[in-house]
Amino acid sequence: MTPPHTPAPAIQFDDVSFRLNGRPLLENLTLSVYNGETLVLLGRSGSGKTTTLKLINALRLPTQGEVRVSGRPTTEWDPIRLRRGIGYVIQDGGLFPHFTVERNIALVPRIEGWSRDRIHARVRELLSLVGLDASLASRYPGELSGGQRQRVGVARALAADPPILILDEAFGALDPITRSGMQKEFRALQQKMQKAVVFVTHDLREAMLLADRIALMEEGRLIVDLTVEEFSKSQHPLVRAYIEAFSGSTQAGSTDAESPPAAATETGTTHTRPPQ
Amino acid sequence: MNFWQFMISNRQQVVELTLEHITLAGVSTLIAAAIGIPLGILITRSPNLSKPILGSANVIQTIPSLALFGFLIPAPWIGDRASRLAILALALYCLLPLIRNTYAGIRSVDPTIVEAGRAMGLTDRQLLFQVELPLASGVIVAGIRLAVVLSIGLATIAAAIGAGGLGEFIFRGLAMVNNQVILAGAVPAALLALAADSLLGLLERRLNSLHLKS
Repeated sequence: MTPPHTPAPAIQFDDVSFRLNGRPLLENLTLSVYNGETLVLLGRSGSGKTTTLKLINALRLPTQGEVRVSGRPTTEWDPIRLRRGIGYVIQDGGLFPHFTVERNIALVPRIEGWSRDRIHARVRELLSLVGLDASLASRYPGELSGGQRQRVGVARALAADPPILILDEAFGALDPITRSGMQKEFRALQQKMQKAVVFVTHDLREAMLLADRIALMEEGRLIVDLTVEEFSKSQHPLVRAYIEAFSGSTQAGSTDAESPPAAATETGTTHTRPPQ
Repeated sequence: MNFWQFMISNRQQVVELTLEHITLAGVSTLIAAAIGIPLGILITRSPNLSKPILGSANVIQTIPSLALFGFLIPAPWIGDRASRLAILALALYCLLPLIRNTYAGIRSVDPTIVEAGRAMGLTDRQLLFQVELPLASGVIVAGIRLAVVLSIGLATIAAAIGAGGLGEFIFRGLAMVNNQVILAGAVPAALLALAADSLLGLLERRLNSLHLKS
């Protein structure tokens, strides 16, 4: 039995750097994620978010420092065991196109040797959990909509009830309406599940909606690690820049002062379009 | 005597040589697949080996076929049975399409899907047999199809070293300057090749459509 408030974080980065061919992708990252909380890694492409995720499930190993999962360094874990305890969701689901929905979801339980009846029951349970009809179980990913594929991807990650869930731009390929629906459902799901969740996105609104804490990254460095409330009040120039960029884009059109030529050509083309 | 009369009056020999031909081509393709597919998988794992292995298979294929059969005759470890020799030579010829297609098929699998599998905790073996090979199966079967057709065509030359097959008719016809006899070998060989090609083509299309349903 674990005490109700375990002080040990589920995931812990201790002064972690990662270099690839001498190029630093991540520098001196120190960060913790606890059970029951959602940490959003926010940042532009190339800021080191995805590298951070891959360090958690040992797809990458740190060149300096230590990543500890459940208190144990990833270098000491058997990578197969480690990964089977970490649910992983990527953009568009990353489903196997030659497996049915049921077989996709059952992937980890099957390789873990669950009985057929248990797998079957678990798949039904997960389909209803992610809001999919049980009749979809025998379909192939190519026969589903983008939103449905993404739901299957989430169900697959949850299949063996892993204590940790990591998501890489999970809802990035969805249309805005489906996306916003999935975000709300995911938030509700996370509050029920009490897992340690790390969610990578470049979308500030998504981060604000899903996160308990936001870690802003830039060029392989952690800029700030704040609760959502602290984040929205932060005076850090990079945080302000991020917030302004997003509040700007909600006002009609992008009349961003930094890009007048683009705005000009855009209005230009609208005006010169011949009347129908 | 026309072609049909010849075929009918020699039907027993036609059937016999056709069966020999199928054995030559079939066994050699199986041997080539048993060597070529694992080699193709190997070079996706150790890219350093891809150049020498693909290169060697390429070189083998550039040796004129008649010469290759000739080269192999003195090999003592083959024994004195010409058909074994012919099968070995045919298998060597078929290696290239099998190695190349296995390699290309596995390389063409979407890397994000492979990485998703790895991240879910699949072992290398599970990834290979459950993800990479099934997704590459269409391309691999295309390689087998090429190899079979190649082997059926080349097996006609096996008769030059006394290994039998439909080439017997062809060489006999050449010696007799008799077109009917040549055709008695050439037509069944061509039909065999066409039949094998369309059957495997069917399988290839089925495998490809399996994971492209939409």
